[in-house]
Amino acid sequence: MSDINLQRRNFLKTAAGAAMVSVAPGMLLFDVAHGNPNAVGKVRWGMLIDAESCKPGCNDCVSACNKENGLSGGTAPTDSQWIRKIEIKDVSTGREVSLPMMCQHCEHPPCVDVCPTGASFKRVDGIVLVDKHRCIGCRYCMMACPYKARSFVHEPLSDQNPDVPRGKGTVESCTLCVHRIDQGGQPACAEACTNKAILFGDLNDPNSEISKKIHEVASIQLRADLGLNTGIRFQGL
Amino acid sequence: MKILVSLLLSLCLSVTSWAGESAVPKLDMGKGGQCVKDTQWMRKNHMHMLKHQRDETVRKGIRGENSLKNCIECHASLKDDSVIAREDSFCVGCHRYEAVKIDCFECHSGKRKSAWLQQRNAK
Amino acid sequence: MSDHPTMYIKNRLYWVLLAAGALVMLFGFYAVHMMEHQGHIITGMNNQIVWGIPHVFAIFMIVSASGVLNVASIGSVFGKIIYKARAPLASLLSIAMLAGGLTVLMLDLGRPDRIIVAATNFNPTSLFAWNVVLYSGMFSLVIVYLWTMMEQRMNPYSKTAGIAVFAWRFILTTGTGLIFAFLPARQAYGSAMLPPMFIVLSFAWGLAVFHVVQTSIYAWNEKWLDPAILQRKKNLLGIFVIGSLYMVATYHLTNLYFSHQIGFERFILKDGGVYPSLFWWGYVLLGNVIPLFLIYMPGLGKSKCVMAASMMIIIGAFSLLYVFIIGGQAYPLNIFPGYEVSSTFGDGKIAQYQPSLYEFLLGFGGLAVAFMITTVSVRVLNFMPQDKPYIAD
Repeated sequence: MSDINLQRRNFLKTAAGAAMVSVAPGMLLFDVAHGNPNAVGKVRWGMLIDAESCKPGCNDCVSACNKENGLSGGTAPTDSQWIRKIEIKDVSTGREVSLPMMCQHCEHPPCVDVCPTGASFKRVDGIVLVDKHRCIGCRYCMMACPYKARSFVHEPLSDQNPDVPRGKGTVESCTLCVHRIDQGGQPACAEACTNKAILFGDLNDPNSEISKKIHEVASIQLRADLGLNTGIRFQGL
Repeated sequence: MKILVSLLLSLCLSVTSWAGESAVPKLDMGKGGQCVKDTQWMRKNHMHMLKHQRDETVRKGIRGENSLKNCIECHASLKDDSVIAREDSFCVGCHRYEAVKIDCFECHSGKRKSAWLQQRNAK
Repeated sequence: MSDHPTMYIKNRLYWVLLAAGALVMLFGFYAVHMMEHQGHIITGMNNQIVWGIPHVFAIFMIVSASGVLNVASIGSVFGKIIYKARAPLASLLSIAMLAGGLTVLMLDLGRPDRIIVAATNFNPTSLFAWNVVLYSGMFSLVIVYLWTMMEQRMNPYSKTAGIAVFAWRFILTTGTGLIFAFLPARQAYGSAMLPPMFIVLSFAWGLAVFHVVQTSIYAWNEKWLDPAILQRKKNLLGIFVIGSLYMVATYHLTNLYFSHQIGFERFILKDGGVYPSLFWWGYVLLGNVIPLFLIYMPGLGKSKCVMAASMMIIIGAFSLLYVFIIGGQAYPLNIFPGYEVSSTFGDGKIAQYQPSLYEFLLGFGGLAVAFMITTVSVRVLNFMPQDKPYIAD
């Protein structure tokens, strides 16, 4: 019996030692070599949405989002919608505009402020996400969001996209297709827009296309009065 | 007292080691192989690695190789491309045997990504 | 311990009550099981109305749990003897209702199995996270307070404990009000009026709950409340009801003055269908006007009238919370001021909400938890108010 004890102790020692020696520096080296520069640098991802180019009745961005993220595409009040088309009409002038609406990826996101567990968080590159491992499903963030950007998963799900885990009882919203961005791609909606109404890029890089454009054309943030400094901007509203 | 405790402890240990050597579940290993560590080490520590990697990925965007997705890529069954579809699937088989609930697959896909993509594009 | 006769609810009645409470609790757990298994799809809640009936029940219980302690505070902080005799029962009720309310709140979570996450990850900017501290602190403080009252050797510390509870209770209800006050994006919330409004509401609701419970326990024990004590308590209840009505009126009047809030006020007070009806008939008439009439009308104000008034105040409380929580969410967010808006996600539209049976089962389950704690405790420990012959103080 003591033999077993000894063996076990030795095994534990070696295992712990091995873990320390091999995993820790391995991880470190790995981060240095492959760490995502987007997430640790001074990048801030954002979008400029041109409401004048966005066509009423066109739903391409929504379909692309649903396909990419494995959403059902249903529009019942209990279905998740990460992006939706909104038709607005100025009451006093009668001018009508169509535009896509999703998480605005605020610099000071109210959802992050109110989340009791810190499941709602903002990545260093400005993307606001839900860490579903921590989300307890209290829905306080949905109460706090001024853009109604978040959905709660009301039913058990199966056959999710391996890149986009989603599950019952947690809150979710537009991730800016973070899994694509981390591989150097761009969000599915921006890619799918045939009218080129969605321009995606780094707001902090003065040479990026989006930075140059917002420097030239008039653009606004929605509910700018709340002082959230959104990452999504609109032109032609 | 000390003797009693050590007696109980060693009894427990011998029982577990005895149980470990007997009816080990037969798993569908998929492609299998060893890319991270030896089997025994992985059995003991895979959850810590996954948890570490999960926080790195979700919070910092560091998408390392030790991801659940990569595990599934090799260990999903060659028959149904899944680690959870059957009683003897790679994850389910062992977790059933050890009576440990897996929480991962309520949100994560248990399917090999390549197979999932193929299926989606066929639709 | 004392030479007063200890009171027992009659054996048979006690077991019947216990069985009834257990049954309601069981139904509540059945609802939780179903919600766990099938998800929130079986409730009436959706992505527009994210908080529903369970939250109405939970917030009622938590607010009343704080208000009921008023009875204890008047006794130990302000030294009124008839209230002091009621402090143990008030403290017990407070613990019971807090437990009931938190049970409902917790079991309504999308992932109640992860509740430990809420304890291990603390986001200091979140009111919810703070409330976890406030609620658990309240539990411990009230238990210590009870101990100082019921253990004779600890009696000297009772006043100190009473003052601590008194302060904590204010902070706790402020925290509950702040849950909504910190939501600037929604028309119904984001007002600094809310924490004080909740505090005054808690006074009225807590005293009403206390009165209903006390009257019931007295009746089960075939005992009657001294009319002089009833007189004082009913006057206090009347003042609290008037105070809370004033706070609610002020909240709506300030909103009515801001032209960007008029749409919302028109919805809640006039055009919103079920919400204005509940507000005017449920809250104002049933929850305030009739109770005040019953309390202050010469010739009325007897035991039965005060009991009826208390019950109506509780019904009024549920009506007001329904209007406040669900009506507040039903009114669309104003993302594009000055525009007519439409989308597939309910933008620009009044959200629909049809509460399901499961939500009610969960809510009543929480009430049953509070009921069970109270009934069992009153039986095993001496919580009954022991009044000396009445002396005005």
